[in-house]
Amino acid sequence: MLSRIAESLFWIGRYVERADDTARILDVHTQRLVEDPWIDEQRACANLLALMGAPCDPAEADTERVLATLAFDRTSPGSITGALSAARENARGAREVLSAEIWESLNVTHNALPQQRTMARRYGPHSLFRFVRERSAMVFGLADATMSRDESWLFLILGRSLERVDMTSRMLSTRVLAGDAAPSWTLVLRSTGAYEPYLRTYRGAVNSSRAAEFLLLDRLFPRSVFAALEQAEGCLAELERANVREGHRIGVAGEAHRIVGRARTMLEFMQTDEILAGLPTRLDELQRTCSAASEAVTNRFFTEQAPQIWVPEGAV
Amino acid sequence: MADLFDGYPLGQQWDEMFSAPGRPRTPYTGLFSSLQSMSGEELSARADVLSQTYRDAGVTFAHAGEEQPFPLDIVPRVIGHEEWAVIERGVAQRVRALEAFLADVYGAGEVFADRVVPRSVVTTSAHFHRAAHGLVPPNGVRVHVSGIDLVRDEAGDFRVLEDNLRSPSGVSYVITNRAAMSSVLPELFGDHRVQPVAEYPGRLLAALKASAPAGVVDPTVVLLTPGVYNSAYFEHALLARQMGVELVEGRDLVCSGGQVSMRTTDGQQRVDVIYRRIDDEFLDPVHFRSDSVIGCAGVVNAARAGRVTIANAVGNGVADDKLLYTWVPDLIRYHLGEEPILANADTYRLDEPDTVEWVLASLDQLVLKPVDGSGGKGIVIGPRADQRTLEELAVKVRASPRDWIAQAPIGLSTSPTLINGRIAPRHVDLRPFAVNDGSDVWVLPGGLTRVALPEGELVVNSSQGGGSKDTWVISPPRPAVEPGPEHDVTRIEFTTADLPAESPAQDPGPPNDNALAQSQQQQQSKDPVLLTPRELGASLWTESTDVDGGGVRC
Repeated sequence: MLSRIAESLFWIGRYVERADDTARILDVHTQRLVEDPWIDEQRACANLLALMGAPCDPAEADTERVLATLAFDRTSPGSITGALSAARENARGAREVLSAEIWESLNVTHNALPQQRTMARRYGPHSLFRFVRERSAMVFGLADATMSRDESWLFLILGRSLERVDMTSRMLSTRVLAGDAAPSWTLVLRSTGAYEPYLRTYRGAVNSSRAAEFLLLDRLFPRSVFAALEQAEGCLAELERANVREGHRIGVAGEAHRIVGRARTMLEFMQTDEILAGLPTRLDELQRTCSAASEAVTNRFFTEQAPQIWVPEGAV
Repeated sequence: MADLFDGYPLGQQWDEMFSAPGRPRTPYTGLFSSLQSMSGEELSARADVLSQTYRDAGVTFAHAGEEQPFPLDIVPRVIGHEEWAVIERGVAQRVRALEAFLADVYGAGEVFADRVVPRSVVTTSAHFHRAAHGLVPPNGVRVHVSGIDLVRDEAGDFRVLEDNLRSPSGVSYVITNRAAMSSVLPELFGDHRVQPVAEYPGRLLAALKASAPAGVVDPTVVLLTPGVYNSAYFEHALLARQMGVELVEGRDLVCSGGQVSMRTTDGQQRVDVIYRRIDDEFLDPVHFRSDSVIGCAGVVNAARAGRVTIANAVGNGVADDKLLYTWVPDLIRYHLGEEPILANADTYRLDEPDTVEWVLASLDQLVLKPVDGSGGKGIVIGPRADQRTLEELAVKVRASPRDWIAQAPIGLSTSPTLINGRIAPRHVDLRPFAVNDGSDVWVLPGGLTRVALPEGELVVNSSQGGGSKDTWVISPPRPAVEPGPEHDVTRIEFTTADLPAESPAQDPGPPNDNALAQSQQQQQSKDPVLLTPRELGASLWTESTDVDGGGVRC
């Protein structure tokens, strides 16, 4: 398939997942500001912004700022609105491979954003977050039901999995790094949708090392870092299969596969205590792994050669 | 704009929000100023969103055969932290006294020997079960969960109306009310510091685990429900989900060899603690009603053998009998050696012929309650009853005085409530929930405020068309110890100093998403005449190589 189309699909996966995860994180964050009587709003907001990669002056951090940056900023691909618009733009350029239903779903989502924004202003942001979660579920649900499991599917899911690794590790970072302004583990679990699965798995009260272990290492919960890495690895292995047939005997064929596989084996074979003892470094590594893997995927599949830059004579 | 609270009438009863027209009490000042700026229509619109939230989440109950969203009033009830401290101590005291009393009733019976309570009061109670005699629960707790109903009288003092020690329901609404209010009306919370309620399931689970039979390391807790047709099934499902325990019905349990197990896909799995929401009568067909199909045969024998814990314990009903209620202040003095912190409502026992005669003569000025009734059933409010009801009541009371108590009517306090787009006073009560884990009685901050929606109605039960209010307990400045269900084994806490560098920014997206490419793509569709030759030359369409020549060959 065309590199350009593959790249669009990869990024649709990433953007939609990003919007979904950001909505979950913000929903829990805003509820927490209301429900936790002892919270230091400014510090909680500053921490959240910093960990989402959009740091600001701690003195200016408040809920308004968090929502403006992470929910409503149309120009930033890190905000919900920005990510959903970018996903729709990518879909527009890939309409011939996406099913009509997926395109329509992304387009409807994009068109409804201004109205959702007004609603959020009037009735609080909860309705927006819920809308985003539902629409993301719809996009992936339609993909699951209407797309062939060919390359296009693999790129979409690869994008989603890598984004998930990144977002879940960021969410874990908000807990382990924020000190006394940190959300409780219950909230961290809730914002990754993992609270009820966690309770059913451990049948007990929330305990920090178990919660971290669950979000990092659980094989069966689809939003855990491990499960997402494993899925990404599976997609990459499929995409590289042609090379395997040609008798590739040592290591893996692609750089991206190597990066993702290494992160996965690190989680799988390192002792849990050891991982938890160096958690901040591990999480940081995971976030960087995602960037590196994303870059490697780009180099391998989307730009066979470096993009040509047209430099007019005389401008040099 | 008309003030939302204009024309809000204050009666003789204590009003929760106002001490005088337009003068809110201290805990309500913040709420008053946030609400005042809203119009009735806006508040009604929010209330619609609120009930839609409940309909979507399935927070409903069946009223008159129809599934309806549980009515949640949009104006919260606020309790200041000093006032709450009194309630908290009072409720915990009552629970401790009743625990001691139950241990005595099903054990040595010293309370009878010391002539504090006549033995006949207990033995004539419908909820006294000989099957529970000598059954000592593993950590001594019988009242794992209780709900103590309080009302505020005309003077503003809280009084206990009744104790619920069997399976008090309503705590799920406390949890869902808070979640719904904070998502629909976040700005109302404003600068308030409201104590959280979400830790209840964690506390309950910890208490249930603590009550497991001795020697069980990681106890399996289950919640036993009568089934989906029970009116409180929503609550059973919510608690099971939030505790992460199995929600079982009687048919899922088997009891053999003195051991209770549940049937699972992996075969039978041992059960250590059963939090049952089934009445005693239906719990075990071996000991109680033999026609029960929702219980589990043999479970009481297993408990007696010390192989399983039943929570709440069998036979707790003797202590929340309305006749025994009249002795509770004496029990607090007898068992704890303390003065009661929360007073009872003024109540008369019909145990002496003189009292019976006096009560019969003044039925129209008293409230009569059947001692084993619940949910507001069978209560007759004298001043409001018609002649025929009173006559029928007199016959019943004369026939069996043991089945009735008489109370002086209390003018229940009122609280502002949204009725048809206007704020009007409605009567409220309060049911705080207490969890006893054996070492401490913890009272959930707030509890369930029930509100009687029909005007002037005094019975606030939801089966009588009542609604509820989110109940806020204002938090004290900041507790010395952070509360919370996190009992950590190893703490994994770090600071940003542990990070090698700043968090990486999120990946920006593919290059063709950038603004330049987009603007160029847009220009492609425009009339090329508008472009200067140089711009065209830079675009990918041109075949010309002598860009700087200025000529365009097409």
